[in-house]
Amino acid sequence: MILEGWGRYPRLVSEVFDCRTPADAAEAVARRHGVIARGNGRSYGDAALGDVATLICRGIGRMKRFDPETRLLTVEAGVMLSDILDAFIPRGYFPPVVPGTKFVTVGGMIASDVHGKNHHRDGGFGAHVASFKLILQDGEVLNCSRNENADLFFATIGGMGLTGVITEASFHMKPIETGWIHQETVVAEDLREALAALQAADESSYSVAWIDCLARGASLGRSLIFVGEHAKREQVVAHKAERETFPSPKKPRLSLPMDLPAWALNRTSVSAFNAAYFRAGVRKAGAPSLVHWNPYFFPLDGIHQWNRLYGRSGFLQHQCVVPDTNALPVLSEILERFAGSGKGSFLAVLKKLGPGTGLLSFPMPGYTLALDLPVTEDVFPLLEEIDKVIVDAGGRLYLAKDARQSRQTFEASYPQLAAFRDIRRATGGDARFASRLATRLGI
Amino acid sequence: MNRTGKSVLLLGATSDIGRATALTYATAGWDVQLAGRHLESVQREADDIGTRSGANVSVHRLDILDSDRFSDFVMGLPVLPDTVVCVIGELGEQDRAEKELHHASLVMRTNFEGPALFLGLIADLFAARGHGTIVGVSSVAGDRGRASNYVYGAAKAGFTAFLSGLRNRLTKAGARVVTVKPGFVRTRMTAGMKLPGLLTAEPKEVAGAIFAAAEEKRSRDVIYVRSIWWPLMTVIRSIPEPLFKRLKL
Ligand SMILES: Cc1cc2nc3c(=O)[nH]c(=O)nc-3n(C[C@H](O)[C@H](O)[C@H](O)COP(=O)(O)OP(=O)(O)OC[C@H]3O[C@@H](n4cnc5c(N)ncnc54)[C@H](O)[C@@H]3O)c2cc1C
Ligand SMILES: NC(=O)c1ccc[n+]([C@@H]2O[C@H](COP(=O)([O-])OP(=O)(O)OC[C@H]3O[C@@H](n4cnc5c(N)ncnc54)[C@H](OP(=O)(O)O)[C@@H]3O)[C@@H](O)[C@H]2O)c1
Repeated sequence: MILEGWGRYPRLVSEVFDCRTPADAAEAVARRHGVIARGNGRSYGDAALGDVATLICRGIGRMKRFDPETRLLTVEAGVMLSDILDAFIPRGYFPPVVPGTKFVTVGGMIASDVHGKNHHRDGGFGAHVASFKLILQDGEVLNCSRNENADLFFATIGGMGLTGVITEASFHMKPIETGWIHQETVVAEDLREALAALQAADESSYSVAWIDCLARGASLGRSLIFVGEHAKREQVVAHKAERETFPSPKKPRLSLPMDLPAWALNRTSVSAFNAAYFRAGVRKAGAPSLVHWNPYFFPLDGIHQWNRLYGRSGFLQHQCVVPDTNALPVLSEILERFAGSGKGSFLAVLKKLGPGTGLLSFPMPGYTLALDLPVTEDVFPLLEEIDKVIVDAGGRLYLAKDARQSRQTFEASYPQLAAFRDIRRATGGDARFASRLATRLGI
Repeated sequence: MNRTGKSVLLLGATSDIGRATALTYATAGWDVQLAGRHLESVQREADDIGTRSGANVSVHRLDILDSDRFSDFVMGLPVLPDTVVCVIGELGEQDRAEKELHHASLVMRTNFEGPALFLGLIADLFAARGHGTIVGVSSVAGDRGRASNYVYGAAKAGFTAFLSGLRNRLTKAGARVVTVKPGFVRTRMTAGMKLPGLLTAEPKEVAGAIFAAAEEKRSRDVIYVRSIWWPLMTVIRSIPEPLFKRLKL
């Protein structure tokens, strides 16, 4: 079967096993070399493309138990984040960390140690995982936690499926009083102001900046910063009494039924859009508003299959993190290069990160910048140049988004790679589990 | 979560349609009794439904071919439920059923004999109590026998007729019977088959249709899940036999 990631590049043939139970997965693992688990395929590049075979884990998707006292939720790894939200928001609980789409599985969230808009304060998803079960290369199932098989625990968090197949996991939910987010918008006229605003929001639960990539020169890095907190009950009542405390998600209104031609996203139309978007932000700035949890956390989920926006040849997402020190000059240079090339998307996302949990976790204390680029021949050399800037600054690229970084870039930027390889070798995972990402980067 | 105090018994809780139906009842505030032949797999669904909905869920062992144990099974339930939904079925393989008697017998017994005997027993209890709803999942395959699946189809036709008779009998006693003919559904049973999109429902859709027909105000007796099946099956049923027998179906 032909498989692809969310960016639709690369597209590759892989054998596919549909697993309905943990036992199915154990059996499939033992049958093939070169297998990798796949959740909902929301990683952009080749992380969830099996070198030989791919185990679809969505069917391993039952919830197991929830203890309201400890707020510990145990689910099978194929359970979707969207299902957790549906089941638990009405009861006043929210996941500890959510990425920018709710259409991901718990297995995928652990394997990528995903970060949310609260990473600066709460860490990544892996930081909240108490334990999980992992199928090793011979089909054996191990319990992993901070006390039990701790080396595998920390290798598997952020380990991109390369240590084995996660079948179930336990993590702590957090209490919320309402399903609304109390949001404040801050305007930053340039990158310095944007970084300062994110720094100033360090104590807030959630923060993220949207950068207008078409602004250059003195306005380079012009952005809107959205700072949010889970709204308290009084805030919702005060704002609008008739609002539901725990609103349910609305169905996506829009859907892209087909690939858009490349001209649909031209500079003039987007530049107009960005300017309007920015003006709307400036208008809203200062006045706090209440935002429904769904558009606040998952704005892009409102448009089904928006990845078709970029046409058949697909797109890349370039997401890097650079350390705190020197963040301003380094990020300026990166933004400047993107702007100068005219290749990148017109909006970029900037977030503040704290330390990661796993050996191959992406986050480090610093700032992460992400933008999209349609796949064309000339983006590859451009990104190669930009990667050099990042690696020189002590930063790295996010494996869950990657489809193209070089081995050198990767090896130079993940300092715990050797320890990761040792654990993979010791458990026999290196001979059994392989994604295209792993073969490409020699992980 | 508002509990209704009502309970539903689901036979075939390990099927995709059964699971989705149980979850629909649970989120609507019903207590749920799940029955199936492998307790471990039924327990997995029970944990899932309980965790998602916060509902009370109990599990019960039932092999629909083991009619000797039906009475004990019913006695062992926490309460006689308000509604019973039977989703049990077995598609089997037509060509095998043509050659192997025991395979044909398995298909006939799983789709017709077992469910009919069991629901007959429930019908008595509902009639005595004066209320209760029985939902039987049958199939459009029972609307007319076709070369490609008539063993399954005949068993479902028998089941449809049984449900119709039961409804006729129970109406006076205050109990209800709902027949569901889902059309194509994307489930384990049809995994790997090429299904026409327009005619194919998701398990969730079937669950919603069952709940609406059985529990909501505008209650219905016989439903197709996607309404397009009604005109389609009307046409198929009305094709004269001399012509029908020559069609490749
Ligand atoms: C619109 C959008 C926004 C996003 N926003 C963010 C964000 O804000 N922050 C962030 O961190 N990420 C973000 N992501 C990336 C996404 O969260 C990750 O790629 C996530 O891993 C996807 O989960 P999945 O279930 O789809 O996994 P897949 O894409 O199917 O797999 C991802 C990796 O997880 C492994 N894996 C999956 N299931 C298992 C399992 N059961 N056992 C072992 N390994 C497994 C796979 O082998 C693969 O290496 C975003 C993606 C999209 C499309
Ligand atoms: N899928 C479709 O397109 C479609 C279309 C029309 C009608 N239907 C009907 O819908 C119902 C559910 O189908 P499905 O597609 O969800 O198929 P399925 O997954 O094959 O479901 C069959 C169910 O019946 C149970 N079962 C089989 N034999 C049993 C026995 N002896 N005792 C107890 N339980 C038994 C199975 O339990 P185990 O898990 O233990 O095997 C399973 O729960 C069936 O009646 C089917 O005929 C389906």
